[in-house]
Amino acid sequence: MLEVKDLHVTVEGKHILKGLNLTVAAGQVHAIMGPNGAGKSTLSAVIAGKEGYEVTQGSITFDGQDVLEMEIEERARAGLLLGFQYPVEIPGVKNIYLLKAALNAKREAEGLGEIPAPEFMKLIKEKIAFMKMDASFLQRAVNEGFSGGEKKRNEILQMLVLQPKLALLDEIDSGLDIDAMKVVADGVNSLRAADRAILMVTHYQRLLDHITPDVVHVLVDGRIVKSGDAELAKELEARGYDWVLEESAA
Amino acid sequence: MSEVQGFLDRLSERAATRGAEPTWIAARRQAGAARFEALGFPDRKVEAWKYTDVRGIARGDFALAESAEFSPASAAALTLPIAAHRLTFVDGLFAPALSDLGELPAGVSVEPLSQALAANHEAVGGALGRLAGVDFSPFTALNTAFAEEGAVIRLAPGAVVERPIVLQFLSSARSAPVMSHPRVLVEAGARSQATLIEHQVGEEGAANFSNLVSELLLERGAILTHYKLQELPQGDHHIASLHVDQARDSRFTSFNLNLGGALARNDIVTDLNGQGAEANFFGLFFGQGRQVLDTHTLANHNAPLTFSNENYKGILDDRARGIFNGKVIVKRDSQKIEAHQNNANLLLSDRAEIDTKPELEIYADDVKCSHGATTGQLDQEAIFALRARGIDEATARGLLTLAFAGEVMERVAIDAVAERVELAVAGKLPERFNLAGLVEAAVALHEE
Repeated sequence: MLEVKDLHVTVEGKHILKGLNLTVAAGQVHAIMGPNGAGKSTLSAVIAGKEGYEVTQGSITFDGQDVLEMEIEERARAGLLLGFQYPVEIPGVKNIYLLKAALNAKREAEGLGEIPAPEFMKLIKEKIAFMKMDASFLQRAVNEGFSGGEKKRNEILQMLVLQPKLALLDEIDSGLDIDAMKVVADGVNSLRAADRAILMVTHYQRLLDHITPDVVHVLVDGRIVKSGDAELAKELEARGYDWVLEESAA
Repeated sequence: MSEVQGFLDRLSERAATRGAEPTWIAARRQAGAARFEALGFPDRKVEAWKYTDVRGIARGDFALAESAEFSPASAAALTLPIAAHRLTFVDGLFAPALSDLGELPAGVSVEPLSQALAANHEAVGGALGRLAGVDFSPFTALNTAFAEEGAVIRLAPGAVVERPIVLQFLSSARSAPVMSHPRVLVEAGARSQATLIEHQVGEEGAANFSNLVSELLLERGAILTHYKLQELPQGDHHIASLHVDQARDSRFTSFNLNLGGALARNDIVTDLNGQGAEANFFGLFFGQGRQVLDTHTLANHNAPLTFSNENYKGILDDRARGIFNGKVIVKRDSQKIEAHQNNANLLLSDRAEIDTKPELEIYADDVKCSHGATTGQLDQEAIFALRARGIDEATARGLLTLAFAGEVMERVAIDAVAERVELAVAGKLPERFNLAGLVEAAVALHEE
């Protein structure tokens, strides 16, 4: 589904990703772990199309399409959605506007008409209940004055409504208390499906106690230096990253 | 100056064809003309007109309209679709066929100025020029020299008008441009309540000049809400000044919504003359192309315990220019007053320009005042966040622009007015996503 080949990326002239390779198949959950500054957030930003990141070499394909040639909104409509580490506050734009505008943009790209209002409200009602959010939230401006946990729940809510093919979650666990973590993890787990993939970037093993990955990768200094199953995450938690560095240097 | 002479010539021509008038009017016209001649058109050396180039008006050859012609179908399309007491003027002339006052409550009268003068000119004489002196600006002087039509609105003490009173000023597309100088006089008696809408709108291709002066007297405890919805065609020039006198415990709220015209200048002045008087100034201006939209407000706190509050939003695209000058003057002995001003501007293009200046002059010591002005661009992070959800860039920018206007727009209680502004700000955005229907649905869900 997602194939990243020999990806080199510079940010403000600084070489961050240095030949990253990654393949994510449908039905899988992948976790990318690594120390600070390894390039984890750069990877998700580049996949989503954020400005300021220069790809100097390599390719990203999604369902056979060249992602780097696609506009930001085209990537989203094709089913590639980024859950932000720091969801941005958008004063004045109500959550419900965002959800409806985004869902209709996706439907339009799929050749479907605008969603009928009753159907939309039924869908939204179901999803906000699942995320244990109050209906009044729909009338609030996107993320404005939200707590850290509310912002992350809101990201997952958007995923549940938009049903991406590939959900890219950038440190979705940061800033969450244990209750919020559970709600967010339940949301992510509900997205698991045979025709969908999830790629999580995380600093901590903690998230992986709630969402069990099929594949764990270790990203160090711009490259994936080791991959394994869920056990690898536990080992990293116990031993830190140094041994991986030594092993890969050897 | 020949530019001034052209206007004075029009005045002489008009005087020659006009029938006899009461002496007081003739005297005021003379005073207006003399003042206009002495002041001339303001140039950039005049502080209050520093950023506003009026040569488009000064050099124009504007006749006075001789007949009010406007197709009823196009008038209907421009008219605000609300139940109202409505007077319509076409290029300054009263258009009875397009007017409908309906049934006015007892103690309320709404008349075209020409009729009010014919019926009882002395009563009008007491009001015309009481608040707007010929010294205020060359345009006020010019209006006084020409004023023949407009509206006279009187509310008896305690009268409440539920429906808005709409003064609709239509500008028509003509082979030769015309000018109009409407005068609006409002006397709101003690504890009376009303909403007045001045609506400037016109046909595409019009290139006329309108110069409006309004004088609003609020007696003790009167509550008046004033909407100005200016959506003139892009060739029109518009100058307006609104003068308000507020007695004790009166409340005046102004919504100044400026969307159209090549040049639109609005002066709003209120005198808070009695304790407990309150003035609220809310405004939104949205300029595109090479539009110039200029607003000057002044709140005179002439009495203790008076309140003023101002919030203006400016949105400028292309090479449009916005000017905002909000001034508060607190007289000596006007203790325990409160005055707050805020002006936030959004520049959608690198070539758009805003000149904003909040000013405070305080001569009392026990006051609570604040002012602030900000100017910025659309938040790139927010645009990215919306696009990352599949929303195209134009829609994302539209949503964010609409959101910027939201703080002022959510106070607009008349939906038809808010919709006109939303459409102008975000194109067809609200319709396309059926935002109105969506909001209703969300409210229903919340109330379940």
